[in-house]
Amino acid sequence: MSAGVELDNVCADFGTFRAVDNVAVNIQPGEFFSFLGPSGCGKTTILRMISGFISPSQGVIRIGGKDMEGIRPNQRPTALIFQNLALFPLMSIWENIAFGLEVRGVDKAKRRARAEELLRLVDLPDAADKRVSQLSGGQKQRVAIARALAVEPSVMLLDEPLSALDLKLRQHMRAELRAIQKRTQVTFIYITHDQGEALAMSDRVGVMSHGKLQQVAAPQDIYNNPVNGFVASFVGENNILPGEVSGVEQGLARFTTASGTFTARMGPGVQSGTKARLFLRPEHARLATEAGAGNSIAVEITDVAFEGNFITVHARDERGQSYLSEARNDGSSAIPERGDRRHLTFEGAQAVVLTGDISAKDVDE
Amino acid sequence: MKDLLNRYGVTLTTIFVALTTFWLAMLVVLPNLYLFENSFRPYLPVAEIGGPKDVYSLNNYLTFFQSPIHISVFVWTILYSSLVTLICFAVAYPMAYYLAKVANRRLLPTLFLLLFVPLWVSEVLRSFAWFIILALKGPLNFLLLGSGLIDAPVRWVTGYRGVMIGLVYTYVLFMLFPLYNAISSLDTNQIEAAEDLGAPWWRIHWRVILPHAKPGIASGSVMVFMLSVGSILVPTLLASTTSRWFTEIIQQWMFESQDWNTGSAYAFLLLILCTVFVSLVMRVFRVSLSDIAK
Repeated sequence: MSAGVELDNVCADFGTFRAVDNVAVNIQPGEFFSFLGPSGCGKTTILRMISGFISPSQGVIRIGGKDMEGIRPNQRPTALIFQNLALFPLMSIWENIAFGLEVRGVDKAKRRARAEELLRLVDLPDAADKRVSQLSGGQKQRVAIARALAVEPSVMLLDEPLSALDLKLRQHMRAELRAIQKRTQVTFIYITHDQGEALAMSDRVGVMSHGKLQQVAAPQDIYNNPVNGFVASFVGENNILPGEVSGVEQGLARFTTASGTFTARMGPGVQSGTKARLFLRPEHARLATEAGAGNSIAVEITDVAFEGNFITVHARDERGQSYLSEARNDGSSAIPERGDRRHLTFEGAQAVVLTGDISAKDVDE
Repeated sequence: MKDLLNRYGVTLTTIFVALTTFWLAMLVVLPNLYLFENSFRPYLPVAEIGGPKDVYSLNNYLTFFQSPIHISVFVWTILYSSLVTLICFAVAYPMAYYLAKVANRRLLPTLFLLLFVPLWVSEVLRSFAWFIILALKGPLNFLLLGSGLIDAPVRWVTGYRGVMIGLVYTYVLFMLFPLYNAISSLDTNQIEAAEDLGAPWWRIHWRVILPHAKPGIASGSVMVFMLSVGSILVPTLLASTTSRWFTEIIQQWMFESQDWNTGSAYAFLLLILCTVFVSLVMRVFRVSLSDIAK
């Protein structure tokens, strides 16, 4: 019942603008796959191509191994959950959910029974006869999911469905969506610009920028082993130091920056002489009172944010380069103060040198 | 009112309000009241007006109910106006849908201009144009004969046919614009959602677009119906020997018999009966007045 989706070098052009550029990915049956990227990166266009509202300019889309060329959205085994949900406000909740069954000629009693069954699945057992306007944002969300599940799709497509919800509800719905996906075993293709959402829910994540698929990998690989500067900077926080690889020692790069020379892992395509950037996660940047033997930068603390379980420290070296260090609060360590002098140290194996543009952080809409 | 005062000051506000009041009172309320009052008085020679015979009665109204011919003309007027409304809907709905959801945004101003241009010509001239177009030896028959679609000229203006064509042409835009407004306010995602759930095009229209457009359909229908029923120009110009419109009877009372009293009684009867008819139809289709006002 669940089907895989194969994008075979798919392009989408709008006039002279290439919204999707040669995207190739094979999404497995039953997988929870997310396209992650800033707004305008082409991820919604991909979703609309899979659902059939847009035809690819080049390339082939296969669902369950079958070429979808020329097949209208109403003939595809997909169900799309719109960003604004697009529930039918003039129908009751159960009619909304049963709409897909009505289309398929299922008789009224069976439709109603199925709608109620789905309402129980999404934890809204008493909503059948309510109007759409009587539900809260989170409840509408569940109705939209139930409506999409009613047609028993092989592939469920979700276009930032959580973006309209508040933070608390969003986190709750993440878990809910994940649970529904595991229960139904339907392939989920999820579009988001929210890295937290993508990392927390997905089996695999495809990071996109400017219509191109930058990296496809499991969430922890995306975070720990980004393939280029865009992925590293878009997903999670980083200390970023521009510079040049001046040599290679024991598999690690010697990386020369304006703030000193450090050792770091080499990302794909990085060689001696490559102009690149060093990326260091804040949780790997430690602050010490003594200069370290390895990578070490003398810094002055500019700001300290105590966040309960975390302590985030902002610092600056003598050249004005700013740094971010994040430590778990274990209750014992002394919290530095503004103006204190420290040494920022890190292991070479935990920093990485990568090429490629970095992203302007996408602001959460 | 307070907003008005704040924005325009006392002098301008007074002028606005005075002008509007003048317009309403002198040009709408008073003439109607005058006719309404007259409709209850008998038609008398000038010398007897104000005399003992000049008393209020319902006789003018009863004249209508005692005249089977007038009743039948009234019924035909209602029926044919309903038909005009239906045809206008059938013509305007696809156009409105196309303009609201399919047409390229950049083309819209041009398309609307094309729709509006005919309105710049007076209704009299446009009806005359149809009179000429539909004539037995007119351009339409000439074209159809020339293209071989017909073998002999068609007599277009016969029965109510000419009146129907003229009324649909004159009032179709009054259906189109409310429909266009209603359909463009529908979220396109809902149409796509319906399609995505497997609905064929006709079911999307039936279950999603038409229900949403209902207030627009209602206000368009009421306008087209009332304008058709009350039209005098088109039914006169494009009439055949067998077509009679109720407004023509009112005109006969007023201008041929010079009997303004019975004429006004007929005019008010038309208004009242049409209002009743429209309310009944609205109830059948479960449309409320507030829907139309939207």
